Amino acid sequence: MIVQLMYLVAALCFILALKGLSSPKYARYGNFIGAFGMLVAVVTAYVHGVVHNGLWILIAVALGVVVGIPAARSVKMTAIPQMVALFNGVGGAAAALVALAEFFAVPETGVLFRLATVLTVLIGSVSFSGSVVTFLKLQELMTTRPVLLPAGQQLAIAAAVSSVALCALTMAVPNGFLLWLLAAVGLALGVLFVLPVGGADVPIAISLLNAFTGLAVAASGYVLANTLLIVAGTLVGASGTILTRLMAQAMGRSLANILFGAFKVTAVVAQGEEQRTVKSGTVEDVAILLGYANNVVVVPGYGLAVAQAQHAVRELVAQLERRGVSVSYGIHPVAGRMPGHMNVLLAEADVPYEQLKELDDVNPGITSVDVAVVVGANDVVNPGARDEPASPIYGMPIFDVDRAKSVVFMKRSMRPGFAGVDNELLYNPKTTLLFGDAKESLTKLLAAVKQL
Amino acid sequence: MIDLLTIFVLAVFVGFEVVSKVSTILHTPLMSGANAIHGVILVGAILITGSAESTLELVLGLLAVFLATVNVVGGFVVTDRMLEMFRK
Repeated sequence: MIVQLMYLVAALCFILALKGLSSPKYARYGNFIGAFGMLVAVVTAYVHGVVHNGLWILIAVALGVVVGIPAARSVKMTAIPQMVALFNGVGGAAAALVALAEFFAVPETGVLFRLATVLTVLIGSVSFSGSVVTFLKLQELMTTRPVLLPAGQQLAIAAAVSSVALCALTMAVPNGFLLWLLAAVGLALGVLFVLPVGGADVPIAISLLNAFTGLAVAASGYVLANTLLIVAGTLVGASGTILTRLMAQAMGRSLANILFGAFKVTAVVAQGEEQRTVKSGTVEDVAILLGYANNVVVVPGYGLAVAQAQHAVRELVAQLERRGVSVSYGIHPVAGRMPGHMNVLLAEADVPYEQLKELDDVNPGITSVDVAVVVGANDVVNPGARDEPASPIYGMPIFDVDRAKSVVFMKRSMRPGFAGVDNELLYNPKTTLLFGDAKESLTKLLAAVKQL
Repeated sequence: MIDLLTIFVLAVFVGFEVVSKVSTILHTPLMSGANAIHGVILVGAILITGSAESTLELVLGLLAVFLATVNVVGGFVVTDRMLEMFRK
């Protein structure tokens, strides 16, 4: 009785946590409430449910704390998405292991129990291996481009079909070996599922896998007949699904397109192989352009964060404002590597919240912007997303900086962006390119603007 | 069994409802927070390990406890670090 009550308290905390996390004002409290609910749940489970092996459990928890906290503390803000992916993956693995362990403890049970067991093992494994691949992609330990294996689609279908068959077989003939085999197929399925997802879409895959892990946890709740696991897992599964859809909407993509788009043979428009000319400028040119402008919009992207140039850009903006230039930041919903990631990165550099403008605030007045400064961004200002139906990023909302009076494009090299798509904006006569490391360029620009 | 199904269905609606309106700024922290919450599998891992009879169950259970703990503490800490920056 008291145990159920404690679990109810924890479940309420989780609901309030998600509610809080959806509002900027209460987000941090929301997180605290979630952590509190977790503490209540875990202590209750330990005090009430542990018959033996108590010491072992404490050691395993301690090890988890020793690994988890420093990892979360030391991770750079730029690397947050892949860290979330890893935490999600281990959660999925834990769910699969719980179902396996319970199966070996109580092999003789009813149909629904078996169904929940096979689902937990399957979804948990998919979530684990899929998350590991997303981690490798975002950490750039492997290519960020979609990976198309020869016959990858057939392999994925084969893995999906055999996993369903194995689920059915394991339910008919409960057998440990079959369950292990199912876990192995699940792992393969997770890898095959994420490999074709291209760079910029990886965060959406993470969000979806996050929802998957939630469902695996909910299914494990059936296995253990534990209501808290069902409630919490379902909450995450449902909210994660909604969040995945919201993210896909922000990118102007459908979920099916993101997950399976790479399977389609995309007709890439051959742009002709001739060398196209770009206009590159010196720091002094750009300083004059900026220093005598009235209205400037800065569009930062992940490259800014990689160069650790958030502070440099803030100082430059402050200097321009002292000269009477009106400056704002255009923050694309998917700038950075995750929706909202750029806001986190700029907040870290103490950029005032009021200067951050969204697409709908910037685009209507873009023609009166004197200079649009693109720093370390690429795909989010690519006019191809608006004009080129054949472009892989067609349909993604962009900043229409090509309609501003002039554009300064800070780039390290002519390498295409995260999505691997060439950008017409680079060849626009209005565009001045400033090659070099973002932080170095910004620091030099600051000095040059001060000289004016 | 129908009780559990009822709980499941109600939880689906609550899950949909709580996050239906959320600004893009908070997508990343929200995902990260939800990620920490599914670490509640730690409860399942503790229960299963606490009643494990065989070595296999014990090993599987302890591994699950370890991984779930990483999920929970890492998830909440990293979410808090993100949200700390919005404090103002």
